[in-house]
Amino acid sequence: MRVEVDQPKCVASGQCVLAAPDVFDQDDDGIVVTLNDRPDTGLHDDVREAAALCPAAVISLVEK
Amino acid sequence: MTETVADTAAGLPGYPSPRAAGCPFDPPPALRPPHADRPVSRVRLWDGTQPWLITRHADLRTLLNDPRVSADSTRDGYPHRSASMQGSDPATQTFLSMDDPEHARLRRMVTSPFAIRKMEALRPSIQKIVDDLIDAMLAGPRPVDLVEAFALPVPSLVICALLGVPYEKHDFFQRNTRVIVRRTSSPEEVAAANTALVDYMDDLLGDKLAHPADDLLSTLATERVATGEMTRREAARMGNLLLAAGHETTANMIALGTVALLRNPDQLARLRDTEDPKAVAGAVEELLRYLNITHSGRRRVALEDIEIGGETIRAGEGLIFANDIANRDPDAFPGPDRLDLSRDARRHVAFGYGVHQCLGQPLARVELQVVYSTLYRRIPTLALDTPFEQLEFKHDGLVYGVYKLPVTW
Ligand code: HEM
Ligand code: SF4
Repeated sequence: MRVEVDQPKCVASGQCVLAAPDVFDQDDDGIVVTLNDRPDTGLHDDVREAAALCPAAVISLVEK
Repeated sequence: MTETVADTAAGLPGYPSPRAAGCPFDPPPALRPPHADRPVSRVRLWDGTQPWLITRHADLRTLLNDPRVSADSTRDGYPHRSASMQGSDPATQTFLSMDDPEHARLRRMVTSPFAIRKMEALRPSIQKIVDDLIDAMLAGPRPVDLVEAFALPVPSLVICALLGVPYEKHDFFQRNTRVIVRRTSSPEEVAAANTALVDYMDDLLGDKLAHPADDLLSTLATERVATGEMTRREAARMGNLLLAAGHETTANMIALGTVALLRNPDQLARLRDTEDPKAVAGAVEELLRYLNITHSGRRRVALEDIEIGGETIRAGEGLIFANDIANRDPDAFPGPDRLDLSRDARRHVAFGYGVHQCLGQPLARVELQVVYSTLYRRIPTLALDTPFEQLEFKHDGLVYGVYKLPVTW
């Protein structure tokens, strides 16, 4: 799985950080950054939940 | 259009509609499936207009994130809550009722302090505020109104510290905010309350410009107003939005959540007995879902024709997203009318959805986690001091809750 984030669309809700703190963080302005864009399988459920929770469709997952 | 106002008005449910007697936690039955026969249908507002009501969880998530749906309350067709909201001066708008790119530009000016990491850093000071207020309550007389003694002071103290507003002014801003969120206030009363609040904030920004401190208003003053990026009046309106949204909402969650838990003693026991922060966080999400205090709908207007749920919403028509009903959608939450603190409720829409989803949610979460994990533990015998049936619920409020909550222990 590869994780992509479209930062200009981020509204800093923080939902992704709560759902998958090993994969998402926020910069000084509260905008999403990825800590690891190829997370281990064990994190995939959390990452999918983060993408589903994101209110602004910022997170896309390329499954492969 | 095949249907005219006169044809359809008679059979349409009014919005808002009353909740059922004896069910103060459940959304109005007339608006919920199966009583509302179609998932997307019209309702009738105070002024006779007939916007669409969206009640399904999936539809709400689809449309609130659709750029063809506008939050701009100055557009024709926008479904206003009341005459006073409709009559309000466009110059008093905040980013809450603007669309991108203007909304994004303004919202981003204030996202920084609400980042998860910064909210976590505030947790110890929020815990101290909560503990001190409980100490004072325990040392004082019984019964006490939990709203006045605890629910309102907690978020007010926190947001004052974050913004840099002196807490001594709380009577002033709480009173004026109450006028604004009460549906029965006259347009003149709302305008006067708004002006008083913005004038005050404007003066405060003047002080911050002269003597900047380590708070959000000082940052706005020195980095945005002094640079000419926004006027002092605009910054004052933004500060006011944060002050109002920052205390009135969380306060209602604290008091109403306490009522719901006292009515569900098995759930209250589960919360009181857990040491697990994850269980507490999960309980907060479930209480947000179940109580959905923002019960007067997210209001929008369509910019283009939109097909949804077998209906065509025309450009220029109003839309109301009933997040309270979506949070009880059985397709999203099995057994939705049950308060079940152990369920995974994270996909609730109590904070809205789309680009306007609550800016303060990380703060609200930490406040509620601290409150719910502390209050019932420190006062295990907490009980209502009035019959449940006599509690007065804020049926007429922009935000739902109880006016007073007499408790004893
Ligand atoms: C439990 C407490 C809270 C609830 C249930 C709540 C609910 C909501 C909802 C439903 C919206 C979306 C409005 C819409 O889409 O039309 C919203 C927006 C907003 N909330 Fe909250 N809120 C809470 C606490 C807070 C706090 C503590 C703050 C702190 C400053 C805050 C600040 C805001 C702001 C600024 C917006 C506008 C965001 C935008 O338009 O981009 N809220 N809130
Ligand atoms: S959930 Fe979405 S909007 Fe919220 S911080 Fe993460 S990427 Fe940004």
